[in-house]
Amino acid sequence: MSEEIYYWQALNRAMDTEMAADDSIITLGEDVGLYGGTYRVTEGLMAKYGEWRVRDTPISENSFTGLGVGAAMLGLRPVVEIMTINFALFAIDAIINMAAKIPFMSGGQFPMPLTIRMPGGVARQLGAQHSQRLEHTLMNVPGLRMVVPATPQDAYGQLRQAIHSDDPIIFLEHELLYFSKGVVDETAVAPPIHQAMLRRTGRDMTCIAYSQMVLLALEAAEQLASEGIEMTVIDLRSLSPIDWETCVQSVQQTHHCLIVEEDCRFAGAGAELAATLQERCFYFLDKPIQRVAGLDIPTPFNGKLEAASIPRTKDIIEAARRLVSSAGVQS
Amino acid sequence: MDKWHMSRMLRDMLRARAFEEATAQGYAQGKIAGFLHLYPGEEAVAVGVLHAAEPGDYVVSTYREHVHALVRGIPAQEIMAELHGKKTGISKGMGGSMHLFDASRRFLGGYAIVGETYPIALGAAYAVAYRRLPEAVICFFGDGAVNQGTFHESLNMAALWKLPILFVCENNHYQIGTEIHRHSAITEVYKRACGYGIPAEKVDGMDVLSVHAAAQKALERVRSGDGPQFLELDAYRANDPIAAAIHEAESGYPNPAAMAAAGPDCISLFSAHCCREKHLDETDIERMRQEVQTEIDAAVRFAEESAEPDMETAWSILHANRRYETLMESPE
Ligand SMILES: Cc1ncc(C[n+]2csc(CCOP(=O)(O)OP(=O)(O)O)c2C)c(N)n1
Ligand SMILES: [Mg+2]
Repeated sequence: MSEEIYYWQALNRAMDTEMAADDSIITLGEDVGLYGGTYRVTEGLMAKYGEWRVRDTPISENSFTGLGVGAAMLGLRPVVEIMTINFALFAIDAIINMAAKIPFMSGGQFPMPLTIRMPGGVARQLGAQHSQRLEHTLMNVPGLRMVVPATPQDAYGQLRQAIHSDDPIIFLEHELLYFSKGVVDETAVAPPIHQAMLRRTGRDMTCIAYSQMVLLALEAAEQLASEGIEMTVIDLRSLSPIDWETCVQSVQQTHHCLIVEEDCRFAGAGAELAATLQERCFYFLDKPIQRVAGLDIPTPFNGKLEAASIPRTKDIIEAARRLVSSAGVQS
Repeated sequence: MDKWHMSRMLRDMLRARAFEEATAQGYAQGKIAGFLHLYPGEEAVAVGVLHAAEPGDYVVSTYREHVHALVRGIPAQEIMAELHGKKTGISKGMGGSMHLFDASRRFLGGYAIVGETYPIALGAAYAVAYRRLPEAVICFFGDGAVNQGTFHESLNMAALWKLPILFVCENNHYQIGTEIHRHSAITEVYKRACGYGIPAEKVDGMDVLSVHAAAQKALERVRSGDGPQFLELDAYRANDPIAAAIHEAESGYPNPAAMAAAGPDCISLFSAHCCREKHLDETDIERMRQEVQTEIDAAVRFAEESAEPDMETAWSILHANRRYETLMESPE
């Protein structure tokens, strides 16, 4: 049953498997139907399930995301695709004011089995408007969940779990991950949707990352190991809720913590991680918790500057070396 | 329309008025807090439209929705308790005046962000159309809400996919303190629906019988698969002293001169009609008034005597759908 496939194919299979099993699942968004999805995630689904279940929409993010909310109130399980997170800014009312609030404001009368899929992150020279990472905004909203799968296996498992959930879930993909490959075992028992996973264990320090940055952290860990620095890599998999137990346990063992995020440093996910982990692990830490993060700058178009505006593998390696060296830490 | 239906409609109009008077009083006494958007004067709209609705239809409303909820059948005491923020409220005290919801009566909520009712109605209607059910979704909004982007986005999609929605614009000529000719280039709202090929009609929203007839016709079309329909109901605030006093509870309200120019109150109009047609007489109406007052007084007592919700309740509602156990299992 295990097979090496692309991340987008894993998402496609998750959609297909779930749609075949439950006719209350529909998907909608720009070009999800005839065209097969901007990143091929919905390829073949319209031919199989028809246009009422796979709906091409006009460019009306606020209203088609709101459509997903209304349909979920009547018991459908919509999977809304927003072409990229940048366009989700038009849908922020439907996401924050509607999806995240209705279950609560109705006193629990209306569950919200809604999944909103979208890619974010810096791809390749798409310019400042098309290179945003907005997880910091959405993880701050009570009532929303957010998952950030880094591997095809998680893309498959977590999308199926998201579709099963009665809470609204932001399913954050990454433009560079769609064409990454990995083994997917469709029969594997998926861990809890919000559970963080140890991708690699090492005694010297803990590196916490999510989405695309997990791949860079693993690359860095490889290099660091050859220098004698053993780094644990935690893949968060979920930004809301965050699996604190896994993080705390690891940091208490390694006494060193490095957080890696592609999002801008200021008030990002890393800030929340650092704050809570220092509250919970202060007496176990040998050094202050460090962050490697995106620069607080709109993404420059220039390729070299763009690359320098977000964490690179070498930035992680350097930060790790500083963290475990006997010298003090400078950030 | 027969006598029984007429008296039911008049009774609901009187209930609505009595409810809002009690609400204004509770607000003045400091027992009801927060934003409070009252309905007196527009009863003919809610009663006319919702008496044409079937139990299988859905209703989506704005923040000015107490009366929509009441006429839809949510018990007065559960609405009043919600306004008081009590645990016995229809939304357990988590919603308040602007967020009344009732799943069992297909009341899909009150929305406080202007322009949100359209996408909710769109989604509900999409689900109905996908399941091929003969049900309609009634979407309320004000004249000020038609300049929000979702209006245009949603009307386009509703028409494109022939979704079963009755769009109901309650045109009371004001968006808070801004009169319609100062907020809209086209002041005849129904004309905007024509831009999307949606059949639209302007009706006297002070005449409950006209509203009812227009809504019934439009809803039949919607339920039989003709696609969305649009009604603009021309309405004004009541020209009576109690209503005027209530209006002062809100800021920037239309000035009394504008209200006086609007003509007689919709309840007086309909009462007079019922008497003229000999369906009812003054004594019947007076008895009705007393009956609804008794009901509303009891609702207020219920609300005042109910317990407040605790934070435990709030958390349990937030987590009600988390179902970790389901999420923890393999999806197989
Ligand atoms: C998006 C948004 N902008 C502004 C407001 C503040 N606001 C509340 S009611 C209102 C006027 C709405 O007028 P209309 O749609 O005509 O409804 P009415 O109150 O007359 O029934 C405004 C501007 C809001 N709630 N939501
Ligand atoms: Mg108005």
